[in-house]
Amino acid sequence: MSRLPQLIVYGIISGSIISLGGIGVSLTYSILGFSNFAHGDIMALGAYICFGVFVLFTGLGIGNTPIGPLSFGFSFVLSFVSALALTALATVVIDRILFKRLRKAGSIILMMASIGLALGLRNILQFFWGPQPHYYIEKIQVASVIPGLGIRIKPDQIFIIITTVALVVLVHCFLQYTKMGKAMRASADNIALARVTGINTDRVILWTWVIGGALAATAGILTGIENKFITPELGWQMLLSVFAAVILGGLGNPYGAILGGMIIGLSEEVSTAFISTGYKPAVAFAIMIIMLLVKPTGLLGRRK
Amino acid sequence: MEHVVGAINYIVFFAITAGTYGILSLGLNIQWGFAGLFNIGIAGFYALGAYTAALISGPPPSAWDGRMVAGYELPFLVGLLAAAVVCGIAALLIGIPTLRLRAEYLAIASIGIAEIIRLVLKNESWLTNGVWGLQQIPSPLYKTIRGGVTALLEAHPDWPPWAYDLISKSYNWFYLLLVIVVLFVLYLVMQRLVRSPWGRVIKAIREDEDVAAMSGKNTFSFKIQALVLGAMIMGIGGSLYAHYARFISPSSFKPLYGTFLVWVMLILGGSGNNKGAVLGSFVVWGIWAGTDFLTGYLPFTASQAAALRIIFIGILLEVVLLWRPQGLLQRERRLPKFLRSDADKK
Repeated sequence: MSRLPQLIVYGIISGSIISLGGIGVSLTYSILGFSNFAHGDIMALGAYICFGVFVLFTGLGIGNTPIGPLSFGFSFVLSFVSALALTALATVVIDRILFKRLRKAGSIILMMASIGLALGLRNILQFFWGPQPHYYIEKIQVASVIPGLGIRIKPDQIFIIITTVALVVLVHCFLQYTKMGKAMRASADNIALARVTGINTDRVILWTWVIGGALAATAGILTGIENKFITPELGWQMLLSVFAAVILGGLGNPYGAILGGMIIGLSEEVSTAFISTGYKPAVAFAIMIIMLLVKPTGLLGRRK
Repeated sequence: MEHVVGAINYIVFFAITAGTYGILSLGLNIQWGFAGLFNIGIAGFYALGAYTAALISGPPPSAWDGRMVAGYELPFLVGLLAAAVVCGIAALLIGIPTLRLRAEYLAIASIGIAEIIRLVLKNESWLTNGVWGLQQIPSPLYKTIRGGVTALLEAHPDWPPWAYDLISKSYNWFYLLLVIVVLFVLYLVMQRLVRSPWGRVIKAIREDEDVAAMSGKNTFSFKIQALVLGAMIMGIGGSLYAHYARFISPSSFKPLYGTFLVWVMLILGGSGNNKGAVLGSFVVWGIWAGTDFLTGYLPFTASQAAALRIIFIGILLEVVLLWRPQGLLQRERRLPKFLRSDADKK
């Protein structure tokens, strides 16, 4: 049990990443009306775009001298930001080509299309980069010990937590205080009614993909920073945890996704004190099933 | 003549696999095509069925196995039924918490159970022998047929080599016959079932669950029955695979690819139509095997070629969803005979 504080730190880190993925799933569900099973692979896409841009920048001679205690520098941060924009763009294009045409066919057809997309994306990554891992960071970073608590944490991990908190606050402010944010919340409640009141739902859908795509890319890249490497399977491996988080928090509620993400992340990490690490997804799944039996609407969900 | 024999042997092998997929596709058709249940954990049920059959009908653990239990060497049919029952129980476990809710929940839970099944197969070596898998799963009547064939060939040493090649593979003919018989029996049962009052209820649930509930049907119970029945059929498919392959390991059951192929088979063939389900499995398995053949000519690595094939199947699914959502064969429209003339006029 002496490992507990340390496991909680790991739980917060993995919970952060799951939450970022979950917000996108939740927004897509509430506004577009379907569960996007390609979301995990969009995370992987973002991670690979970041890697590709990073390789390009390095080739152009942009320096990557580590910033302060972090293990990466300016060039990587620039790739990170570019990857968010490019992934958002990619999701918008995918929506135009695929999901927009199927919108009238119903949520199950959209789900099915998203499964096709998931496999397509993952295998496009595998086609160009191969199944082997690609390293973001070659260097090993020494963890600093926080005295008194017996916790070891790396500067990169603090970066992951700060980035997540910053993005969550940003999304919160966007949803609560901007006109588009309000329009998104209205569309999530009832898209037909939102359209009748003059909300441009096409723009709402566009923003849903932009935010969901950018957050997914962030989750993918942060996974890469935490693990130091990326593989095409990265997103798929997290998908079950992300969906468990979204259901736990209440399908369709972005705040629920954050809460659910934290709970799932913490439970998965703390469970490793008792059972094999390989069963992390099983822990997420068990929590999800219990939630469905006790309160299917989730912790923060409302009954429709 | 050698080429012809090679082609025949390949076609037999091809048809055994396609037929096994046809069984999975029939199982999915009862769930999705008729009851509208979105199960994306097919690979999990397939693997569960295969492992159950192998553990029931297979040999006890050998000295170098990590496995400690099971291997009862019971007859093929016992293993087949056990596979169906175990898969039915797994389906029941995910059906109960999710089938009162929207379709998303079953989808997520079914992916979840498939992933858990994969983890258990990989990690619980005492039962499954872990990543090394289960070996020497007996094929039904293998010794009898092999014995007969060997005796026949020994009696006729003057036969040309191609005849030798052809006859020595004749166990596969028997297995093909077995798969086709199982497929055909299941097809007949399904056809009978979907036209029965039970079938009409699940089709009503697919079209509009509220209306079915308003007509006094316990829709939850009917959905559970359809989910369990479909999973049992998938388990039978898994058992047929295990007895043919004779060796199974967790890597034989790729979590999403198996599931995905079966979905493409059903959607392309025509969901809600049992003939379509079987047709789709042969067509898509043909495309899948064909792309294996074609990518051999392209200058790609094995992993790139594999990726390319899956991308191609993914595009195929999206194309069907966009331009021919009903699939090759449409749903059968069966109306009472008194209404049929009205429908014809339309």
